[in-house]
Formats: sequence, C-alpha cells, structure tokens
Amino acid sequence: MTVKYTKDHEWVRLDGAVATIGISAHAAEQLGDVVFVELPAIGKTFKKGDDMAVVESVKAASDVYAPISGEVVEANQAIVDDPAKVNGDPEGGAWFVKLKVSNAAEANELMDAAAYRAFAESH
Amino acid sequence: MKRTSLHGLHLSLGGKMVEFAGYEMPVQYPDGVLKEHLWTRAKAGLFDVSHMGQAFLTTTRLAQGSDAAHADISDAIETLLPGEIRKLKKGGMRYSALLNAEGGIMDDLMVTRPLHDDLQGMLFLVVNAACKDQDFAHIRNSLADRANLKIADDRSLLALQGPASARVLDAIVPGTAKQTFMTMAPYDWAGAYLIVSRCGYTGEDGFEVSVPSSHAEKLAKAMLAHPDVAPIGLGARDSLRLEAGLCLYGHDIDATTSPVEGNIAFALGKRRKEEANFPGAKRILSELANGPKRLRVGLKPDGRAPAREGAEIVGMNGERIGIVTSGGFGPTVDGPVAMGYVDHAHSKTGTAVQLMVRGKPLAARVVDMPFVPHTYYRG
Repeated sequence: MTVKYTKDHEWVRLDGAVATIGISAHAAEQLGDVVFVELPAIGKTFKKGDDMAVVESVKAASDVYAPISGEVVEANQAIVDDPAKVNGDPEGGAWFVKLKVSNAAEANELMDAAAYRAFAESH
Repeated sequence: MKRTSLHGLHLSLGGKMVEFAGYEMPVQYPDGVLKEHLWTRAKAGLFDVSHMGQAFLTTTRLAQGSDAAHADISDAIETLLPGEIRKLKKGGMRYSALLNAEGGIMDDLMVTRPLHDDLQGMLFLVVNAACKDQDFAHIRNSLADRANLKIADDRSLLALQGPASARVLDAIVPGTAKQTFMTMAPYDWAGAYLIVSRCGYTGEDGFEVSVPSSHAEKLAKAMLAHPDVAPIGLGARDSLRLEAGLCLYGHDIDATTSPVEGNIAFALGKRRKEEANFPGAKRILSELANGPKRLRVGLKPDGRAPAREGAEIVGMNGERIGIVTSGGFGPTVDGPVAMGYVDHAHSKTGTAVQLMVRGKPLAARVVDMPFVPHTYYRG
C-alpha cells in the first residue's frame, strides 16, 4: 500500500478501510528530540484537518492533524511511553494512530512520496 | 539582521540560525537541544552571547583610580537600580535590575567593579540584547551630568558553562580556575584584553569571557579544541536557565513586574532598602513588608505533559490565579518544568494548582526553584 503525505507533514498508509498515521521523517528531524506525545482515545472521531495528537520537543509543541476523516481504532502506546521512538523510526514503528476511515477518497487529495519530498525541501 | 563575530563559525559547525533580538543566532547545532543541554551539565558548553550589550560606565566627576571614584560611580548607577554597588569588592560583580519609576524592571543586568586600582571609578555592565539600546539610552540620559557610557560594541561575549569549564579555560587562560563565583579578573591573552567573569545562565559552574571581537573566533576555537567542549545553541540555553530557575527578561520579568514579584528580591541591597532611594522604592518596600500581590514561583506538572508560556494557572476550584511565563521539558529533570506568576494566596511551596494546556487542566504543584541544584564555585 502506498504512503501519502500532507502539507502538515503527516503520513497515511491506507490498508483497506484502516489508515495508519504518523509524522514524516522530515517533521521528526525538524522537531528535534521528541519528549512528549499525546494521542487521542480509541473511539474518538475526527474530520480531516482536526487536531488529533500533540508531539513536543524540548523547544516546542506541535499539533498533529487528522490527514483523513475517521474513528480511532488503535493508538500507539509505545511512543507515549518512549517518545524518543518518534525520532528513531517516524515512518515505521513510531506510527501514532490507526483510523477506520469514513471517506477513503480523501486520500486522493494527498501527496505521494515524490511530491512530498519536493514540498518538504521547499518549506 | 545583525551578526556576531562568530557567525561564520556557527555556520561551519552546522548551527541552525534563527532571529533573536535582531541577531542571527544559532538555536541549535546538529546534536540538537536535548543532547546539548545534557552535555553542558555533564561537561562544558560554549555559548555565543555576543548579542548581549556590554558597556563601561565611568565617572566624569573624579579621576579614575581611587576608592572615591568608585564610590562616585556607584552612587550614580545606584540611582537607577536597587543593588549594593558601592560595597562591591574590587573584582566583584552583582546581579541587579534597572527599575522604572513604578519599580518595574526595565532590564536585569550584571554590574562589575574592576579588580585593579587604576580602573576604580568605572563599572562594567552587561545587559540583555533585546533591551540594550533602550538601557544604554536610559543610563546616558539619566547620568549625563556625572558619567560617561562607552558601549563596547567592539567586544564579543563567550560563555563557557558546565563542570569541565574551569579546567578547560584555565588551560587556555591560566589563573581563571582560581576565580570564585561572581568575581571578575582581566587577563592578557594573545595580546587581547579579556574580562573573565565566573558566572553564567545555566546554574552550572562556568565563565563569561568578554573578548575583543577581533580575537573572539580564535578564543572560541581554542575552547572547542578541547574534547569536553561542544557548541550550544539558544534552545539549550533556554532549557538550562529554566531548570536553574533563572529569569528570561520579557517573559518572566518585565516593566510591570517588580523585583519582589519577580522573586529576585535578593538583588535588593540591605543598605539600599534602608535608604529607600531607588526608583519605585515605595512600591517595592511595601511589597516586601506586606507581600506582593503576585509572585513568580516554580511549577512542577504532575505528569509528562509540558505546560508552556501563556498557559493559564487556575486553582482547584477552577478560578484563575496566574499565568505560566516559561515552561517546557527539562532534560536533566527528565520531565516538565515551568515558572509563572500566581496570586499571593497560592504562592506557598506545595500548593496544588492546575495548568490549562490545550483546554484541559493539568495537575501541578508550586515548588522551590531551582529544579536542578546550582553548582557554582565558591572556593
């Protein structure tokens, strides 16, 4: 399954009706050492663009927005317990949440890896 | 944007440059804020603080070189701040605050008395970068009839902070390791006149070295050549000073806060309080006698979530009692730390409060500062 990216530096991997979501390697690097992660409760629903999670470095707090609408079916407790994992494997094991998507077509509006790379380099 | 004399060095070290007080400054180097912070507490960190304002204030009423000249220039600066400058020992320095007529803090600063007899009648001042133009104009205007202010914009300022700093600096500038906390001594280094002060903004033992800008990069490189020294950016400078409980001007203290409210009443000299002859003395002495309406306190959130500047502080019944002025994650504490103002009734150590973070109350407690013990070298 291909990975899509947002302009706010989240990534989404759609697997059937379930989207796995995290922050991009570029975002993790820009943020610096992650020291705190706050994830939403299971069952919470989000519209595309809603504040969904928070990630904080020593310097600053950043919101993580829902890249696609849906309901939280899983949250990655491992990154809450050890926020440094977000810097270690941001686009793999350090995913944030899994959403049951309500409108998979929203993913079509997101960037593919090449488009995102170009976007991140220019921002 | 202005640049310091170490700009090229910052770039060559991979510094991530940001705007700060009109200067292009490194917020971090490739190691990042967290590692830079921990390195400083474990070894030694080199900070470029050349954006700060340095100046020499000299009496124009008496010739330099006598105790009378020192008394005269002290009397002059004491009209602007509440510190005991007259009784400073030669080579001694004080943390103080320029006050407005209402007793509000215009800036906090360091005032140093020269070590050698021939320079008595002069004071060395170091003020904040963001305030320096205003501070220097204020000092000049206020003391025009009795003192001359020479702005030392041809000098840079390097801070070397952390437990290894005395060993490192003494190998470069022999004799500095013997200086104790809050003392200054001048040195000749490779033909450059250095003003070395044992002080800092991290809570660690360390130095601030005023160096002619022509020699700043050479001195910085000599420090960085030591394996225990790493360059540290403004990001870690902020988290280090926060853990040390030290104020950041414009955030934790400003023109509306008095030294009593700002919890820096230690900067009020005993004689000065008795004489009550500094700006805003009436308000400040009344706050000392009756307690200030609000007080800057340390705040320790119970959980892992940091509360940052601007977070509202509410009581256990949800009533607003204050505001967070600095907050974040303390790498050495390994948890969130903050400071802020609370009303007098909630300022006692141990008081349970709540910090409003993203609309939710976060349980926290009023605690004593510093969050990490100071390790100043007192001899």
